[in-house]
Amino acid sequence: MSHAEDHEGTRRDFLYYVAGGAGVVATGAAVWPLINQMNPSADVQALSSIRQDVSGVEPGTQLTVKWLGKPVFIRHRTGAEIQEAQEQDAEGVEALPDPLARNLNLNADAPATDANRVMPSPEGEAPGAWIVQMGVCTHLGCVPLGDAGDFGGWFCPCHGSHYDLAGRIRKGPAPENLPIPPVEWVDDSTIKLG
Amino acid sequence: MFKKLAIGAAFAIALIPAASNAAGGGEQHIEDFHFSFEGPFGTWDQNQLQRGLQIYTEVCAACHGLRYVPLRDLEALGYSEEEVIAYSAENFEVFDPEEDDFRPATPVDHFPVNDGVGAPDLSLMAKARAGFHGPYGLGINQLVKGMGGPEYIASLLDGYTGEEKEEAGTVLYENTAFPGGWISMAPPLSEDQVEFADGHPATVEAMSEDIAAFLMWTAEPKMMERKYSGFVGVVFLTLLSVLLYLVNKRLWAGVKGKKEH
Amino acid sequence: MSGIPHDHYEPKTNGEKWLDSRLPIVGLIYNTIMIPTPKNLNWWWIWGIVLAFCLALQIVTGIVLVMHYTPHVDLAFASIEHIMRNVNGGYMLRYIHMNGASLFFVAVYIHIFRGLFYGSYKAPREITWIIGMLIYLMMMGTAFMGYVLPWGQMSFWGATVITGLFGAIPFIGDAIQTWLLGGPAVDNATLNRFFSLHYLLPFVIAALVIVHIWAFHTTGNNNPTGVEVRRGSKAEAKKDTLPFWPYFVIKDVFALAVILVVFWAVVGFMPNYLGHPDNYIEANPLVTPAHIVPEWYFLPFYAILRAFTGEVWVVQFASFITGGIVDAKFFGVLAMFGAILVMALAPWLDTSTVRSGKYRPMFKWWFYLLIIDFMALMWLGAQEAKYPYDVFSLIASAYWFAYFLVILPLLGVIEKPEAQPETIEEDFNAHYGKADADATPAE
Repeated sequence: MSHAEDHEGTRRDFLYYVAGGAGVVATGAAVWPLINQMNPSADVQALSSIRQDVSGVEPGTQLTVKWLGKPVFIRHRTGAEIQEAQEQDAEGVEALPDPLARNLNLNADAPATDANRVMPSPEGEAPGAWIVQMGVCTHLGCVPLGDAGDFGGWFCPCHGSHYDLAGRIRKGPAPENLPIPPVEWVDDSTIKLG
Repeated sequence: MFKKLAIGAAFAIALIPAASNAAGGGEQHIEDFHFSFEGPFGTWDQNQLQRGLQIYTEVCAACHGLRYVPLRDLEALGYSEEEVIAYSAENFEVFDPEEDDFRPATPVDHFPVNDGVGAPDLSLMAKARAGFHGPYGLGINQLVKGMGGPEYIASLLDGYTGEEKEEAGTVLYENTAFPGGWISMAPPLSEDQVEFADGHPATVEAMSEDIAAFLMWTAEPKMMERKYSGFVGVVFLTLLSVLLYLVNKRLWAGVKGKKEH
Repeated sequence: MSGIPHDHYEPKTNGEKWLDSRLPIVGLIYNTIMIPTPKNLNWWWIWGIVLAFCLALQIVTGIVLVMHYTPHVDLAFASIEHIMRNVNGGYMLRYIHMNGASLFFVAVYIHIFRGLFYGSYKAPREITWIIGMLIYLMMMGTAFMGYVLPWGQMSFWGATVITGLFGAIPFIGDAIQTWLLGGPAVDNATLNRFFSLHYLLPFVIAALVIVHIWAFHTTGNNNPTGVEVRRGSKAEAKKDTLPFWPYFVIKDVFALAVILVVFWAVVGFMPNYLGHPDNYIEANPLVTPAHIVPEWYFLPFYAILRAFTGEVWVVQFASFITGGIVDAKFFGVLAMFGAILVMALAPWLDTSTVRSGKYRPMFKWWFYLLIIDFMALMWLGAQEAKYPYDVFSLIASAYWFAYFLVILPLLGVIEKPEAQPETIEEDFNAHYGKADADATPAE
């Protein structure tokens, strides 16, 4: 092309920019699916929310289910356990190593009272009968044992962390209370995780 | 001359391959049904898919499985999450290795495998059959009408003549769409066998079309997304081609002189 | 690198000099991209870029698909369905990879026939040609093994039939076949090794592509006239050539975009048109499909394989003089590989001193007949092996061999070529007219 045709220059440049821009868009559109395919696939996403029938979980027992590849403790507390938990609660949250509820169903700054840790009870059951929490020690990720430890709750055998009846850390190296996943009742005997 | 010939040749390359699909099928008759999902802009008829699911559940599921289809995908047919949960639990049981027992199916499960009587799985049936062939092994019919998978299924279900014969202890039923003309599957559909909530007539032909459409969906659940991607891509690449044509022309304008003739 | 005189990369700043004296990579890229290219290249010369694109496309989509695929006989088919139904955009990735193989072969066939018409295989480009043939063979191997991976009925039975070819080799055939399969029949061991090799071969192809490019950058591109670029001086060479960037890059990319419109339409609207319905049925070693056909790009050679049956006198003769060692089955295998071998030997079989078919009045017609022959073989490969297709296959196969073994050597002797242009510049100006005398190519 001739350099004499300067008045055509801008038009020429404009065309080049548009074509270059379209090329960039095409490349971007081609690259995105290559990245997105590594995100969780539909079958994995479908497992992000599961329903669990808990009608068979008698008071004083615990059901462990797998959710998002990790264990979840579904604990049905007896009347005595509820009472004991409330007594533990009376000491006040300030005395706890972790004063926050760590409950994903509540605000992040909710205090770690027993009421903030348990699930709302279905009709006809005493408040605080159900507590659902991730069965993963907040220290280094081991699975704590139920009905064990100095506080009647859970005990992590790896490095000796003791959790109370509301899953709050009381003693040992773990920094936080057992986290509570998003959970709700679908009906009186079914809970939904996630 | 070379150019023309080669263009013809390139065109032929595009056409010949489907000749590979041209298995000889005797005097099969495959009706070219019109389905709503055909063509670049065709979409699913959601009511039809729901009717198809109903027929599958009430009739086909007795013998045929849909092992590759997750129940959760049924939400794409316009059902709510609750409806899919209820449908799964009411209709199917799956074996749970953790419980070592059967339990009601959930949306996370697939439709169960069903190979009790040796009937083929239907998940991919609409892609595993080609209704159209030729002419002369050139694959032009498939180019124009499509592969003909759902047409084959609908023609087969609607293609029983009522004749039957016994051969080596098996009863065979005459069917105008089946290769060879005799099929071991008894006619599965009969008039008003299923009652549709939308009041759609339940003739054998209408039901055949519904189930064929449903099986096309089970075989290719992402068809609409795919065609949409195809459309956007074709439009964008055409635009890009035009731009590149102009750039190329401009780039070469200084090198190519003006034609003297 | 190139034999054609042109401006080479000169490091200017101290930084550039520092790098260049340690790793002259900028110069390598510059010299590759700015290679003087005959300016009269026509649209048949775009397929090289399309092929490079296809290789990249298949490698990229392939690597991504591997993240979701499981090479096990119990899980392979289901994992493909997992890709089609669950993986984000998986159905597109899989359909692109599937149809990308077809685009790859469309491009390679046009590229090869372009070379055959314009005499690109002739001296001094024999090595480029041979490397190209090796790439083509590797592509066939890769495509064949890739087709086994979905573990459908055609995957399984295609693998059974094709590996059976090796069983036809006298004496050691059975041992070779067993070694290839890792057992008496196609099974999990076969699937696993095919998966491994399907992943490996594309990278071997990529390496060969670099050698292919290296070779023709040394000799310079052929062009539609077959006349060599003048190399007397830089100024002279400049009259015949233009730098690859931007002239040919833009031209090729434009052509690629047009081809991709068609490709994308196939992927979006009819992705299974080129496939076989039986491959949507999971592999079953107990049931053979009614009619086994390979993918379309293998059909011409599949037709040659089947053409030579025991009734053909050539086969009977070969069997007789070898004492039965070369039976009909082995003869078919030899014919199939021979069909590619004679093509690879074209540089030495063609005796004509004229490179481009444009100036060879008799050659042209034989060449067009070869194209028709190739199409006919492709069509015949998909037909059932019975009369009259078997006779047609035999005739078409015979012509394929005759073209390379008889016609090419003879034509060089009996043909009277037409006048060729003196220079590429002359040919270019005859087409497009002379550019303004003072016009200079854009930087």
